[in-house]
Amino acid sequence: MSRIAARFAELKRQARGALIPFLEAWDPDEATSMALLRGMPEAGADLIEIGMPFTDPMADGPIIQAAGKRGLAAGVKVAKVLEMVRDFRTTDAATPVVLMGYLNPILSYGTERFCKDAAEAGVDGLIIVDLPTEEADLLLPYSSANGLDFIRLIAPTTDNERLPHVLNGSSGFVYYVSIAGITGTRTATAEQLEVAIPRIRRVTDLPIAIGFGVRTPDQAATAAKIADAAVVASALIETLATQLDADGKARPGAVEVVLDQIRALAAAVRK
Amino acid sequence: MNTPIGVNSLRTGPNDRGRFGDYGGRFVAETLMPLILEVERAYTAAKADAAFDAELRHYMTHYVGRPSPLWHAERLTRHLGGAKIYFKRDELNHTGSHKANNCMGQILLARRMGKTRIIAETGAGQHGVATATMCALFGLPCTVYMGAVDVERQAPNVFRMKLLGAEVKPVTSGAGTLKDAMNEAMRDWVANVADTYYLIGTVAGPHPYPMMVRDFQSVIGEEAKVQMQEAEGRLPDAAVACIGGGSNAMGLFHPFLDDASVRLIGVEAGGHGIETGEHAASLTGGRPGVLHGNRTYLLQDDDGQILEAHSISAGLDYPGIGPEHAWLHDIKRVEYVSATDQEALAAFQLCTRTEGIIPALEPAHALAYVTRLAPTMKPDQIILMNLCGRGDKDIFAVAQHLGVKL
Repeated sequence: MSRIAARFAELKRQARGALIPFLEAWDPDEATSMALLRGMPEAGADLIEIGMPFTDPMADGPIIQAAGKRGLAAGVKVAKVLEMVRDFRTTDAATPVVLMGYLNPILSYGTERFCKDAAEAGVDGLIIVDLPTEEADLLLPYSSANGLDFIRLIAPTTDNERLPHVLNGSSGFVYYVSIAGITGTRTATAEQLEVAIPRIRRVTDLPIAIGFGVRTPDQAATAAKIADAAVVASALIETLATQLDADGKARPGAVEVVLDQIRALAAAVRK
Repeated sequence: MNTPIGVNSLRTGPNDRGRFGDYGGRFVAETLMPLILEVERAYTAAKADAAFDAELRHYMTHYVGRPSPLWHAERLTRHLGGAKIYFKRDELNHTGSHKANNCMGQILLARRMGKTRIIAETGAGQHGVATATMCALFGLPCTVYMGAVDVERQAPNVFRMKLLGAEVKPVTSGAGTLKDAMNEAMRDWVANVADTYYLIGTVAGPHPYPMMVRDFQSVIGEEAKVQMQEAEGRLPDAAVACIGGGSNAMGLFHPFLDDASVRLIGVEAGGHGIETGEHAASLTGGRPGVLHGNRTYLLQDDDGQILEAHSISAGLDYPGIGPEHAWLHDIKRVEYVSATDQEALAAFQLCTRTEGIIPALEPAHALAYVTRLAPTMKPDQIILMNLCGRGDKDIFAVAQHLGVKL
C-alpha cells in the first residue's frame, strides 16, 4: 500500500480527517524551509504538500506568488526540491509528501527522469496544476511506472458529466479546488462544500482533500469533516512572511511560529 | 481564390487535441478546462454558421474598414535597390493595427456565448485598444491587464483605453510586461468564470485560441493574395511579418502555406542582439516548453524557469510564440530570423521618410529584415510585407531613444 493510502486508511480508523499543510520549497531559504518540513509531522501534519517554485504560477494568488519568488531568489532548483524530500526521508518514513507545481520545470528536467528521481527521493504524489486530464498522458505512464500517485484537481466548474473523465487514472486522493479562483483569496462556505463533496463521492472512492481558501482552524475542521482532508497553504505562508526581516531573511523563531499555527490547525481537525 | 485544402496541405491543423505537430494543446488548470472546451464548442458552431460569417463581414467592412489596401512602396523599393516591395496596409484598420480583425471576431463570439464581461492582456496596448474599442461598440465592460512597465512606455494607448471606457490594470508581478499581463488575465478568468470572456490577442494560449485567432487574422493573407494577383498577376516571392506571439504573421502566412513558391519569413525581436541574451526571439534563442496553456518554444533557463524577454517594442516583448509557428519552424516551412532594436529604429525612420508612413515599432522589425533581404533579390521579384500597425503610439518612445525631448 502506498504511503498516501496507508495514511488515509489509518485516519479512517481514527475517524478523523487529515491536515495537509503546505510549504513552498526554499522559502525564504533552504535551511528555514527544511526546518519547517522536518517540524511539520510533530506539529500535526498528516500529509505534507511542497510547492515547487515557478516563475509563472498562473493559479496562485499574490501570497504564494511571493513565496515562489523568494524560493527562486534563494536558488531553488527542481533537483533541490527532490533533495529536500530525500533529506526528510532520513528521519521520517511514514508521512506522505506530495509535490505541487507547474509543468514546465518538470518538462525541462525530463518527465521520465523526474518521476524516477522523485520516487527514489521518497515523494508519494504529484499535483501538476497545468496538466489537466486532457494532457495527462505526457506524465501518467512515468508516474505510474514509478508508483507515484497522480493527484487530480476538481474545480467547482467541473460538471458531473466531466467528473469521471477527470478522475480517470487518478490515484492517492482527489484535490478539490473549493473556489473558482486563485489561491489565498476567497473561501467556500460549509454549505457549498456540503453540496460539492457528495457530488465527487458519487464517482470516486478516493479520499477527497479540500484546498484553496482554507485558512483558519475552524475552516480546516469543517473541510476535514465534510471531506477527508484540509489543505492549508496561503495562511501559513502569510505567517512566515510576517517573520521575515527587512532583507527577507527569517527571524529567529520563525519556524516555530508557523509550526504553532499548524498545531492549532491540527488540534481543530482532531476535535 | 485560395488553394483548396488537400490531404498534403499544411493548413489542416490543429488536430482534435489542439496540436500542431508536438505544439499547442490545452495546458490549463482544471478550473479553466470546462471554459476552454465551451469556447471551442461555441467557436466550432459559429464557424459553421453563415449568419456569424455575415455578421463578421458586415463589421469588418463597415467598422474595421477592410479590405486594407496593398501598397507598392516605390520609393522604398528604389532606395533599397532590388525586389519590388509591397505593404499590406493593416495599420489602416480602425484602431491602427491588425488587432482589430481578431477582436471583432472574438467579441462577436463572446456575444453569441452570452458573456457580459470582457478581459484582455496587452503589451504595446494595440490589442488592449482594439478590445476596448469593440467593448465600447457593443456596450460591454472591459478590463485590460497591462504590465506596469508597458503602462509607462505606452502611455498614449493607456489613455486611449481609458477614454474608451476600459479599466486598465497595471501588473507589477514578474518584469511587468506582456507575459505577466497574460498570467494576471488568466487569474482573473479563473475567478470570474461565469460571466467573463477572455479575449486573447495573439495566436498563443490554450486550444482553441491559436486556431481561432489565426482564422480571424487570416483575412490579411487572403486579401493580400487576391490583391497581389490583381496588381502583379502572380504571388509574391517572399512574405515577411514581425513576430511577438505571432498573430499578424500567422494571418499573413496561413493562406500561403501551401504555395511552395512563396518564401515565408517571420522576424523576431532581437532586442540588444541574440548574443547578449536580451531579446525576445523564442525560436532563435529558446527551446520547447509549456507556458500560458500551450507547448511551444520559450525563453527559459536550464531549470525550466521562464526568462524575461527584451525588446524595444512592447508588442514583441514576449518569451513565447504561437504553437503553429513552432511547428512551421520545425518543419522548415517558415524561416525565422531576427532584427535588433537598433535595426528596427533605423527601419522606422526609413519608412517614415521614404513612404510617409509611420510604422509601429513591431512591423519596423519586419521592415528591418526587408531592408536586408530586398537588395539580395532581383528587381522582378516581389516582397510582400505586413505593415501590421501604425506608429503614432511609438513616437514618444522613439523620441526618447533618439535623444529628442518632446
